[in-house]
Parts: sequence; C-alpha cells; structure tokens
Amino acid sequence: MASVKLRDIRKTFGRTEVLRGIDLEIEDREFVVFVGPSGCGKSTLLRLIAGLEEITEGDLLIDGQRVNDTPPDRRGLAMVFQSYALYPHMTVADNMGFSLRLAGATKDERDRKVREAARALQLEPLLDRKPRELSGGQRQRVAIGRAIVRNPKVFLFDEPLSNLDAGLRVQMRIEIARLHESLDATMIYVTHDQVEAMTLADRIVVLRDGAIEQTGTPLDLYNHPENIFVAEFIGSPKMNLLPVRVKTVSDDNVTVTLPDGGALDVPVKSDQLGADEQVTLGVRPERMRISERGQFVGQVLVAERLGSETYLYLQIEGGEMLTIETDGDSLARIHDRVAVEVKGENCHLFNSAGEAVGRAD
Amino acid sequence: MINRPLLKKLTLTLVAWTAALIMFFPVFWMLVASFKTEIDAVATPPMLVFKPTLENYAAVQQRANYINSAINSVAISMGATLLALALGIPAAYAMAFFPTRRTRSTLLWMLSTKMLPPVGVLVPIYLLFRDVGLIDTKAGLIIIYALMNLPIMVWLLYTFFKEVPRDILEAGRIDGASRRQELFYLLMPLSLPGIASTALLSIILCWNEAFWSLNLTTSDAAPLTAFISSFSAPEGLFWAKLSAASTLAIAPILLFGWMSQRQLVRGLTFGAVK
Ligand SMILES: Nc1ncnc2c1ncn2[C@@H]1O[C@H](COP(=O)(O)OP(=O)(O)OP(=O)(O)O)[C@@H](O)[C@H]1O
Ligand SMILES: [Mg+2]
Repeated sequence: MASVKLRDIRKTFGRTEVLRGIDLEIEDREFVVFVGPSGCGKSTLLRLIAGLEEITEGDLLIDGQRVNDTPPDRRGLAMVFQSYALYPHMTVADNMGFSLRLAGATKDERDRKVREAARALQLEPLLDRKPRELSGGQRQRVAIGRAIVRNPKVFLFDEPLSNLDAGLRVQMRIEIARLHESLDATMIYVTHDQVEAMTLADRIVVLRDGAIEQTGTPLDLYNHPENIFVAEFIGSPKMNLLPVRVKTVSDDNVTVTLPDGGALDVPVKSDQLGADEQVTLGVRPERMRISERGQFVGQVLVAERLGSETYLYLQIEGGEMLTIETDGDSLARIHDRVAVEVKGENCHLFNSAGEAVGRAD
Repeated sequence: MINRPLLKKLTLTLVAWTAALIMFFPVFWMLVASFKTEIDAVATPPMLVFKPTLENYAAVQQRANYINSAINSVAISMGATLLALALGIPAAYAMAFFPTRRTRSTLLWMLSTKMLPPVGVLVPIYLLFRDVGLIDTKAGLIIIYALMNLPIMVWLLYTFFKEVPRDILEAGRIDGASRRQELFYLLMPLSLPGIASTALLSIILCWNEAFWSLNLTTSDAAPLTAFISSFSAPEGLFWAKLSAASTLAIAPILLFGWMSQRQLVRGLTFGAVK
C-alpha cells in the first residue's frame, strides 16, 4: 500500500523557481508518468519525491505520512537512474544486495533475495560479473533488480530506457509493464518519449516550466487536450494547428472559415466564442483523409513511408503546413497535389489564449 | 620529401629527449662523482675516465648514520601522508559533494597559502614547536609536513572526487548508506587510483623536503635531507662524499617513483586527457 500525495510543492535553486506549485495525488499501485520538454522539472520533481533534493515549500506525503524531512532510504522507495548508476567496483550480486548489506541482513537472506530478483529478470548467469562486463540492456536490468531487492512501496524511474537502442527499448518497456503487473507497486516514471508515456501510464502528468499543464489517462490527453501545449505534446506525429477565424456561432456548434474560404462546423460549446474571433483549429494527422471532396488542397513536400502507414507533409494554400497519415501503399508522391478532408467532430478548437474550447458532447 | 606529421613528431621527440637529458644530467653527474676520489671529483676539466672507488660510501657510512636517517625519512613521509589523507579526504568529500557558496574561494585560499615563503613563518613555528617539545621529533615533522601538503592534496582529491558520478552516490543514499558508509564503501573505492597518486605525490614531496627538516631537527629525527646537508659541513665541501650521501638519499625514492610511475602519471594527468 503506497499512495503519494504532493501538496503545493515548490522548489527553488538559488533564485530560480524550478517547480511552481505542484499538486498531485498518486494512488496505490498506480503507474504515473511525468512527461514534458527538456528542463521542465521532471527529474527535479522525482528527486524531491526520492529525497535527493530538499523540498523548498509544500508537503510530500507517502501513505498519509509527511516525509519532507525523512531521509531517502526510509521513505520506502527505490529509484532507477537514467545512467543506471550501478556501483562499478561491485559484482552484479553485490550491487543488488548492497541495500540489504547496509541494513545488516545475513548473508543467507541476502543471497536468497538477490537470487529471487535475479531469476525474475533473467540475471542469474550474470551475478558474478562487474557492471562494465554487461551490455546496456543488462545493466538496466541490474538497476531494476537492485530496486526490486529493496521491496519498495514506490518505484521511481528517471528516463530508464533513454540510453538503449530502439529495439531494446520496446522490449524493456514491455518488461517494466509486466513488472508493474506482478509487483503491485506504485510506480512513478519520467520520460520524454511519449510512446513510453502512452503505453505504460495509468495516468500521465504533463509538465511545463515547473507546473502541471494537464493530468489524465493517456486517452484522455489524446482525445481531450486542455490546451495547445498538451495537444501538440501528446500524439505522434504532432497535431496540425491552423489559424482560423470564427464565422458564426450557434448552439453547440461553431463554424469557422478555413484558409481556402470554405466553412467547417465544429461541435464545441459556443458560449465562450464570438463571431470573427481568431482561434486555432487542431486536427490530428491520423484523422485526415485524402478525398476528392477535401477542404484542404496542398502539394506534397515530403512523403515518409513507414510500411504500415505513410506520412505526407503538405503545403496548403496560404503557406501553412499539414501532416497527414495515410495508407502504407499510398500512391502519393512528391510534388503531387492532393485534397484532404476533415470532419468537424474530429477537430479541436483553441481560443486565443491557447485553451481548448469544451466539446459539446 | 619528408611529410609534415613525421617531421613534427621527430621535432617533438628531439625536444623531449633534450629536456629529459638536461634534467637527468645533474643526477648522472652526481652518481659518477660519488665513485671518484675527492681529487678527481674537483678536477678541471672534469675527468671522464677515472678509476672508480667505493671509499666515499665507506666514509659516509662511518661518519653518519644512514640507516637511522633513512628510517626517519620513511616514517615521516608515510606518517605525514597518512595524517594528511585522514584530514584531506573528508575535507575534499565535503567540498565536492556538499559545496556552499564559499567552497570555491576556500579552495583557492588554501592553495594560495602555498605561495607564502615558509621562512616567513619559521620563527613562530619554531617557538611553538620549542614550547610544546616537538623540536627534533618525528611527530613534529609529520605534523608540519602534513600541513604543508594538505592544500595541494585537498585540491587533488577534490578534483578526483568530482569525477565520481553523483548518481552512484545518490543510488547509495537511496540504498541506505550513511555519509560515512558512502565515503568508505563507494567514494573511496571508486577514486582509489586518485587517492593512491595523491599519496604518492605527498610521499615524494615529504621525502624531498629540506627547509623544515633542517630547521626543526638536529639528530634524533633527522631525515635524509638533513643527512645530506651534514656533508656540506664547516670543514669544507667534500664533493665526492656529498655525492655519495645524496645518491644514497635519493636512491629509495627514485626506485619507489620508478616502480609507481604508471600510477603517478595516470593520477597527475587525470581529467586533463578526457
Ligand atoms: N542543482 C541544480 N541547480 C540549479 N538548477 C538546477 C539544478 N538541477 C536542475 N536545475 C534546473 O532546473 C530545471 C529543471 O531541471 P530538470 O533536470 O528537473 O529537468 P528535466 O525536466 O528532467 O529535463 P530533461 O528532460 O532534460 O531531463 C532546469 O532548468 C535546470 O537547469
Ligand atoms: Mg531529467
């Protein structure tokens, strides 16, 4: 049982405020992922929870207990670092058993627990090696093993997979998901890989400049981003954003004027918008379809063929760029002119402050 | 035509050899002189062909206690090095991992004390030592040598500790290591090569130190530097015997330095060749 609660957490380094009031409740056994651009404070937040940095202001509660002043090893958590941070002068077994040794466990108990964790991670044949004799993936596994041996209530991961190659990353991602399943522990995971975030998280927390932009399930964020920042950050390739003008407003519907002069009905709550207001239209590339009746006509600048699908980068009239996802066997080629259709119900509208206009449904 | 990289390499090699020979020559000359008779040793032009003799070494043995001085040198160098490490390691650890706003200037200030000529504090130190009875004791020299080398040792240890990845110590902290355990189980093993070369440097500096040993010892605690200087005594300069004494004095440290050469070079160029 371990819930983690952050109450108005602030952190300043010297004069710069790096975290500006974080409120968050993480439930027992939840898998929460922090995402955000580089420098937004993800690692700092994780390190505050771990107890490696002092909290400037606010309260951190683990299982309802305020732990601001509790040293790291007594918070009942384990951390996996991006650099693995294995002890280079110790064998794999000693690395994994170090915490037990410090806690004064007997050699038998240590051996047993290390073996148990090693078995779960297929590390048994490597127990006598030094970290430098391991591959990157194996090192990461040892780092995870070292965390498991402590039997923590909360696992903290700081970009654990970012030093691995693509194939290994997918494999380790699946392993971490399985681990979460089997260990029943609370996990907090930092990444700026949004595929990792989408696939692993029960809940994603999007951070920007030391503040939370939005919190929600992966699909929540994908389908209902609360602002342009989140809309762009979640989803790959990025959501298309076009400046448009409101034409008319009626009940639960806003009609906007597209760059080509055509009109599009978007089913959003209309009470916040007035006619002639400048807004931003957002459409995901995978929600755009090549069609004769398309509202946007553009020239293909680049075609990326991934096999299963093709991304076309179009320049439409007015100079704006659009990305669309289409079939893997699409015949479109560079310099071709294609028409793209968009349905109003697949669109997002953002007001001039960048906030999403609520959906009508 | 000779290609340029080769030419550059040849020039560099030549310069390096010249420098090495110039530095080595006095040592070589001293070694040669120690096997000459006193007359041959002062002959001009210098004699290159002569009949070697061991009489200087015999004379030196007779007049002074080489073994006693050598033991003093070893004991004092080792003692001072251990004392300086015991003080320097915790200091460097604190500065490297728990810096305050003034850490940087503290380090610079410590180093700047090395710029003070030691003779400037000779009288106060002498009086102090006399009052507490440290004159002509090994303990006295150990203390003064340790203090003398401490700034440079803290500085070196500080740079070595800085090279240890923070993450590893933090992982240790999460695993439950106290500050002391962190220092003994993680930081010291991880920077062992650095600590070793710092210790080596300290031993060499202590071994070669002459100012304090000449001023603060008479006989009981006299190390080899004092032993040498006793041969440039009032009766006049005996070149051959002085050379023999000097050869005896530097032989152990030269041997020691030669055996630990790799360690020393690795330590002193650490960080510079990343
Ligand atoms: N010890 C420190 N002293 C001063 N500033 C710091 C310190 N640690 C972090 N910062 C600053 O805090 C901000 C957030 O850093 P943090 O490492 O948390 O970012 P991040 O979101 O993890 O970025 P990345 O994705 O690049 O890892 C940065 O602007 C960084 O410069
Ligand atoms: Mg980070």
